[in-house]
Amino acid sequence: MPADSPVATLNASPGTVSAPPLRPARAVWGLGLAAVLSAVLLPIAVVLAHLFVPTGDLWAHLSSTVLPRYVVNTLWLIAGVGVLTLIGGVGTAWLVSLCRFPGRRFFSWALLLPFAMPAYVIAYTYTGLLDFAGPVQSGLRDLFGWSAGDYPAPNIRSLTGAIVMLSLVLYPYVYLLSRSAFLEQSICSLEVSRTLGCTPAQAMRRVALPLARPSIVAGMALALLEALNEFGAMQHFGVDTFTTGIFRVWLADGSPAAAAKLASVFLIFVFAILVLERRSRGRAAFHNLSIRYRPLPGWRLAGWRAAFAVIFCATPIVFGFAAPAAALLWWTWLSAAEVVNADFVRLLITSVALAGSAALITVAVALFLAYAARRSASRLFRGLTRLAAIGYAVPGAVLAVGIVIPFAALDERINAFGADVFGLSPGLIFSGTVFALLFAYAVRFLAISYGAVDGGLTRITGHMDDAARTLGASATGVVRRIHAPMLRPSIAAAGLLIFVDVLKELPATLLLRPFGIDTLALRTYEYATDEQLVEAAPSALAIVLAGTLPVILLSRAMRRSSEPREAEGVAPIAAGAPL
Amino acid sequence: MMSAPSGPGLSIDSLSHRFDRVTALEAISLEIGGGEILALLGPSGCGKSTLLRLVAGLEAIQHGTIAIGGRAVSAAPGLNLPPERRDVGFLFQDYALFPHLSAADNVAFGLQHLGDAERRKRVGEVLERVGVSALADAFPHTLSGGQQQRIALARALAPSPGMLLLDEPLSGLDARLRHGLADTLLAILRETGTTAVVVTHDPEEAMYVADRIGVLRDGRLMQFGAPAAVYDRPANPFVANFLSDSNRLNGIVGESGTIDTGWGPVDSGGLPAGAAAQILVRYEGIGFGGDGAVRARVLRSRPIGSGAVIVLEAADRPGETLYARAPAARAPREGDCVAVTLDPAHVFVFPSANAK
Repeated sequence: MPADSPVATLNASPGTVSAPPLRPARAVWGLGLAAVLSAVLLPIAVVLAHLFVPTGDLWAHLSSTVLPRYVVNTLWLIAGVGVLTLIGGVGTAWLVSLCRFPGRRFFSWALLLPFAMPAYVIAYTYTGLLDFAGPVQSGLRDLFGWSAGDYPAPNIRSLTGAIVMLSLVLYPYVYLLSRSAFLEQSICSLEVSRTLGCTPAQAMRRVALPLARPSIVAGMALALLEALNEFGAMQHFGVDTFTTGIFRVWLADGSPAAAAKLASVFLIFVFAILVLERRSRGRAAFHNLSIRYRPLPGWRLAGWRAAFAVIFCATPIVFGFAAPAAALLWWTWLSAAEVVNADFVRLLITSVALAGSAALITVAVALFLAYAARRSASRLFRGLTRLAAIGYAVPGAVLAVGIVIPFAALDERINAFGADVFGLSPGLIFSGTVFALLFAYAVRFLAISYGAVDGGLTRITGHMDDAARTLGASATGVVRRIHAPMLRPSIAAAGLLIFVDVLKELPATLLLRPFGIDTLALRTYEYATDEQLVEAAPSALAIVLAGTLPVILLSRAMRRSSEPREAEGVAPIAAGAPL
Repeated sequence: MMSAPSGPGLSIDSLSHRFDRVTALEAISLEIGGGEILALLGPSGCGKSTLLRLVAGLEAIQHGTIAIGGRAVSAAPGLNLPPERRDVGFLFQDYALFPHLSAADNVAFGLQHLGDAERRKRVGEVLERVGVSALADAFPHTLSGGQQQRIALARALAPSPGMLLLDEPLSGLDARLRHGLADTLLAILRETGTTAVVVTHDPEEAMYVADRIGVLRDGRLMQFGAPAAVYDRPANPFVANFLSDSNRLNGIVGESGTIDTGWGPVDSGGLPAGAAAQILVRYEGIGFGGDGAVRARVLRSRPIGSGAVIVLEAADRPGETLYARAPAARAPREGDCVAVTLDPAHVFVFPSANAK
């Protein structure tokens, strides 16, 4: 082939075949992406940099005393939560998607309910239920006439207790992802394996499980990341992990630098989980969550099998949602008169305002990213927009450390400059205000909104844009008449998910709260720290109630997707929720 | 028919286009009159859809000029009239219906300039015309492919564009629906005098609907003309074979100006004596019976639809085969030995590609 092709030689007028000049609009998208990426990566970079920053005696002391305990506890936590969520999540998913037994339809959405229960809330609740004065022990004593010491009382405030509590509320990640994996592979492979002579159990072991493995692993990774992130439950149970360690070093020892060093070691665990998940996923890089229902060759269960299925599915719902929710209701009834006052309303307003602003900001950034990716033909550019979602993996405590250190340094500079030049100090503009808090929320929850918005946007094909243009709509008309109405459900879902996640968020909020700011999560934590578990109930209940909203959304999406033709608008909700 | 209103003509001049390093279109020039139907025919990846998108203004022009109704709408460098100001309708291969709007609202999308009552009336008319009035309130995901196609057609026609651009309009439909929709489409285009450009990879579809056919291959216009002219006088072996399946034979032009193909003599068509030639013989250009000197054994004869496909083996040259097509009633039986004749109307002689 000649190097100068005929087109080039044909081309009498200069510059017509070359790429169009870099237009200002293009530069704006690029700059915006660069800004978002640096914001997301800044805290991570700051923390990782502390791997190499000497922090003196304190660190030497830490690494020789508590660090081994953190590592061992973290490994036990990963193993325990991993095994329990695997058994609970995959088992329930297999039962409701591939078997037929009484109550299956109810279980298929009710199994999501524990999603609404933050781990620290369930930990506080069970502490209250199971301690010496609680209804369980006193009930047993009344019933059998026992007195203290007559019977073995399991200590819930232990590593084992923490593993059980976390698994009870985190298994829905595994359940949700493996359920959709089972449903997707249904017709193509399961029926074939049955026609090839496999029993249902064999089909499960030889076909369904291997095919669902990437989804199962993805669900476990999400559950484990949440477990590592957990602060409230660990603190309450007195289990030392990295998250509680960061708090102690920062707040008690007053050394953010040593906290960052601890956080950097912690991040290695987090990245290890991410890498393992990636590798086990292999080439199945996308788990398709558009759960299309096909009538499955369900295995009809009867007798003891059906009874076992019902008990197996009911257990996590009862212990992960129903029992603690009932306790919270009862305690709210007891303490409402005292706790629910004008101050509580202020608390509510602050929480809603904070969560609402975070949702607005995060969804706006996600919209920007999703459109930047849509406009660009460059693979690198699209890859970079996805990198911006990395924040979901970073535990809140780590994020807080990574944000406070640079912001505090910046404030220090500003104040020094202000004092030198104007003779006044403006105070902590970045590190001591709501700014740092909203920044942390946006970084941590960007993945959720980006997933939802991008999912919605990809359903608007290029041809729909083209069709609208040839029908007389201008470029802005396309956005107004096609994109806005089609994206509305995704945007609403993204906003709701972030709203609820921010409402529940504890570690970053606790570390970054500006003076005088109080939220539902903080109030719950404070009461629980004072062992006033009954007084903690109203604020905890408010969080749980808000948490049921995404569960309702998810279950509606699941129900709609079980109609023959899926309403396309709901998939992003399912896709966004697990993150 | 003569009195019907007539849409704008389309004129394309030295149009070239490339994506990164890949040449999509190269020096395309063609012209059709108002109200004519042009079929752009070619295998996938030949650039025909790119050409359609350039005409619609969905792709920015890089080199050349496109004029609609005598007015330049795209001209390199710099002139790119936006699609919404070209008065063209576009029918997409995947229909591209708006999923959040009902069928009627889809059709009404391009009628923003009308008042409510007028818009409703127009939507009703167009839905009626394409035969889907009953589906007005349905949402796209509840409709079959054929129904979606008709809604998409109604949507494109509703603003009465002067020119309609259709990307593989019939390829997604099964054979039964295809003819019905093709006839609806043709009737509407004729009665409104709309100019149309149809992109297709199916020669029968092109021959059925078009007044002009442009055959594209690797971004080049191989031939442009009336369907009969392109079919009867293909300009090169590619066009000859693409329009109808052909046997490819090789031979040398003899002193007498004929070529001996082994299946009977063929006129050289002006090639000089001694030249290497390739001869394309269409399946339907092979006749049976008579007492010709060329005899062949019928290896296979299978009815396919109304015709039969027949595989022949030369009686004196085992292993040398020829494909033929004949009406099923007149097809020879397997195992028979038949006389074979070549119909000159279906035999095309070109200089051998190797000779160059």
